[in-house]
Amino acid sequence: MNKKSTDIEVDTQDQKLVAKFLKETTLFLGPDPEIMRDHTILPCTEHEAECLEKYADDAYLMSSIRDRLSAAADEGYEMVEQMGAAPGAKWGDVITGIYSKSGDLTIGSAGGVLIFSALVHHPIKFIIKNWVDEPTVGVSEGDGFIHNDSRYGNVHNTDQSMILPVFHEGELVCWVASTVHEGENGAIEPGGMPSMAETPFDEGLKMSPFKVVEKYQIKRDILTFLQNSVREPKLQYEDMKVKLFACMRLEKRIKEVLSSDGPEALTACLRYTNESVMTEVRRRITEWPDMTVRTYVTMDSTLRENALIKVNVAVIKKGDRLIFDFTGSSPEITNRAINTALPGAKGMIAQAFLNHIWPDLPRGQAAFSPIEVITPNCSIVDASVNAPNSQSLMSIFCCFTVAQHAAAKFLYSVPQKYTRVLSPWFNMINTFIWGGVNQHGETLGNLCADLNGMGGGARMNLDGEHALAPIFASMADIGEQEMNEEEVPFLQLVSKKMTTNTQAPGKYRGGMGYTMIVSTKDSDQWGFMTTAVGSKTPAIQGLFGGYACGSYPLCKVEDVDVYDVLLNNPGQFKHSIPEIMNEEPFDNAKYSTHHMGLGFDLSKRGELYMISQGSGGGYGDPYERDPALVIQDIEESLITPEWAMKIYKVVLDEDTLIVDQEETKKLRNKEREIRKKQGVPYAKFVKQHVQQEPPADIPFYGSWNSDYDVVYAGSRDDKRDPKNPGPIYITNPRDVRIAELESELDAVRAQSGIQATDTRK
Amino acid sequence: MKVLMTEYLRIDLDDENWECRVCDHVVGPARGNYKEGLLVHHRDPADIHPPVIDRDKYRFTFCPDGDWVNILEFYCPNCGTQMEVEYALPGHAPLYDMEVDLDALKEQWSHREEMLEPSTGPDVSVDRHQHNH
Repeated sequence: MNKKSTDIEVDTQDQKLVAKFLKETTLFLGPDPEIMRDHTILPCTEHEAECLEKYADDAYLMSSIRDRLSAAADEGYEMVEQMGAAPGAKWGDVITGIYSKSGDLTIGSAGGVLIFSALVHHPIKFIIKNWVDEPTVGVSEGDGFIHNDSRYGNVHNTDQSMILPVFHEGELVCWVASTVHEGENGAIEPGGMPSMAETPFDEGLKMSPFKVVEKYQIKRDILTFLQNSVREPKLQYEDMKVKLFACMRLEKRIKEVLSSDGPEALTACLRYTNESVMTEVRRRITEWPDMTVRTYVTMDSTLRENALIKVNVAVIKKGDRLIFDFTGSSPEITNRAINTALPGAKGMIAQAFLNHIWPDLPRGQAAFSPIEVITPNCSIVDASVNAPNSQSLMSIFCCFTVAQHAAAKFLYSVPQKYTRVLSPWFNMINTFIWGGVNQHGETLGNLCADLNGMGGGARMNLDGEHALAPIFASMADIGEQEMNEEEVPFLQLVSKKMTTNTQAPGKYRGGMGYTMIVSTKDSDQWGFMTTAVGSKTPAIQGLFGGYACGSYPLCKVEDVDVYDVLLNNPGQFKHSIPEIMNEEPFDNAKYSTHHMGLGFDLSKRGELYMISQGSGGGYGDPYERDPALVIQDIEESLITPEWAMKIYKVVLDEDTLIVDQEETKKLRNKEREIRKKQGVPYAKFVKQHVQQEPPADIPFYGSWNSDYDVVYAGSRDDKRDPKNPGPIYITNPRDVRIAELESELDAVRAQSGIQATDTRK
Repeated sequence: MKVLMTEYLRIDLDDENWECRVCDHVVGPARGNYKEGLLVHHRDPADIHPPVIDRDKYRFTFCPDGDWVNILEFYCPNCGTQMEVEYALPGHAPLYDMEVDLDALKEQWSHREEMLEPSTGPDVSVDRHQHNH
């Protein structure tokens, strides 16, 4: 039955009344799915369309304004990097940007961490939706809003943003923001990224966007509260000021544009930039072959215990659509910190495009806007607000890798490329997070910038670069260790030395990582954490016949004071992990290996913590590697002659390193014949090898084979509905160990006849 | 016309087959999974990532745990070239990694010239001794 127009009016009025009632009586403004699930550039507003109509044809003006805004974003970035106190600021874990009136990031700084380019628009949209018309808050010129809670749009809660509205003659015209990885945030472990977090309430400060600046002044009462909530109160203040002043500089530059060209030209430029980038992205997608590419990687740890956790993707390209479908990935783990909120996963895919696929595109939200993402709810890549995500890097780095791995298979045939086809980059932050009381009596909590020394993936015609850059920033630094040592009470006794024989082989090999050996010296209240997966299985893949990297453990030497050794018998100290671990040079010391999820561990003077950065993936068949490149790697101590001969089948004289080219050719041909004999036809292999269920004795999370109707939640017996997996709790590994030891003790007691001293229940 | 799809594989659009770029061997139908035409070998991780520290003494040695990950090598049955490597969950089926829409590929390349070598993208190296003024 058709409704009368009066009925519709009544309905609309009712709806407005209901909406008003609900808004006025909402008890809690939690993370808003309408904002948080949408990464696209918002539709063109009427005002934007009018401005475009007036100015979009003036390409010179549009370009001129965009260049000025771009320079302003870079200027803000430089200010934060130069003045910021957080190690993250110094090494470039920063972004500054200009956002449209609707909140879309339009022009970001060229350097820094580009994942933020897909994330900081969420809190701005939250402010627009909730605070602009809220009488107790409001948005006025000179206001500033702070934010860190990843559930409202961030990578993790170490990152803090300062957000300022920009007004012209009383009208809001756009927004500016500055974001820094600040580190410390008052979580249960120092440094802001607690692996031990079992609920969101263990993760420290949870700042939904709120006003902390009025009339360009930081409100001292709120600042004092924030300082009391973190371990580094001085850093909290200093970096809030730094971010505020960077935003004020951006505002100043925008006002110069407003003064010279007016607000409509500015609005036109912002919209024009977004529209043109989206058009170009769709054009580039169209150039890719229509295809579905499937890949996955596994995390081998929750950072608390070893387990196999699958991040699965099918990337579907059809016409100008590109869809990342993460169906089949692990469900969220309710009391482990490695889950990510959806924007973090999307941001890391955006990062893959902005850093490694289309680095020539302007830094902003538009570059990722046309790309679609499908994720299972309550999964490791799209966790609920009730799941901790302080170690979201683990899952989002895997999202990056599968995106990079899949993209390479699309890109190879494309005639016009914007970068080399690339094997996956090393993807884990193999570094030390540290905290405690330093040699000056100050409480600190942060990390070594060496996390930025990830090995680059091999390229289609070149080896990967060593320890080049993190996957989340193309232009970042690893910092000066000597400067760090003025503030922290430990030394890196070995650093920047490539870890021999840990290469990802291929026709072109991956760039390698370096060894870090650290030891506390000048504090008895100091400790370390490590937060990476990949000590049992690599978290990357190789490409087109190249191998992935190996695995990278944590090695420890306890019950030694290596500073005494260096003073009294310096020759006893060794400068590599294999020498120290295999030769065990220190008497009565305890040598051990661990996975890379070390919870905060109080250290003693002179004990050694040893890790290595990892290698990017290899590219192509290793038997095609130019022997001259093999020799160069030997000469640079990246690999040993024995290793080279085993992997690359190069016949060489170990003393002179002269290659016998003819014998090498013969050996490689012989090895290819061996491959043909040892290889099994695909169908036969599948019949012999493939199992219908995951291994019985390994905790596994995710889908198995191509069956996406169920996901496993830690064992063969625990199958869940992927659409509604329900909570998954893992027992504390310490309790697991106690139970194992009690069981052993019971067996020994039973065998020996010794009764327990207290048998009461 | 032939389209270069990977370092070692191309698709013959006329014959609708995957081919080996090293030896011209016909691997299989381009509307299907190229891996079905290859040989597979389950490689011990220690062959590729030998332990850096003593595996008799330590649990974690820089060598992936063979019970936790399988390395699957895929070879051309004719020339033995290693075309792909997959780090797989133990006992997991190999992936159908490249499922091509062949009709769309034909249409796309009907507007393009055949390429005998892949493009590599822009060369970003800078000649620091070049002076243009």
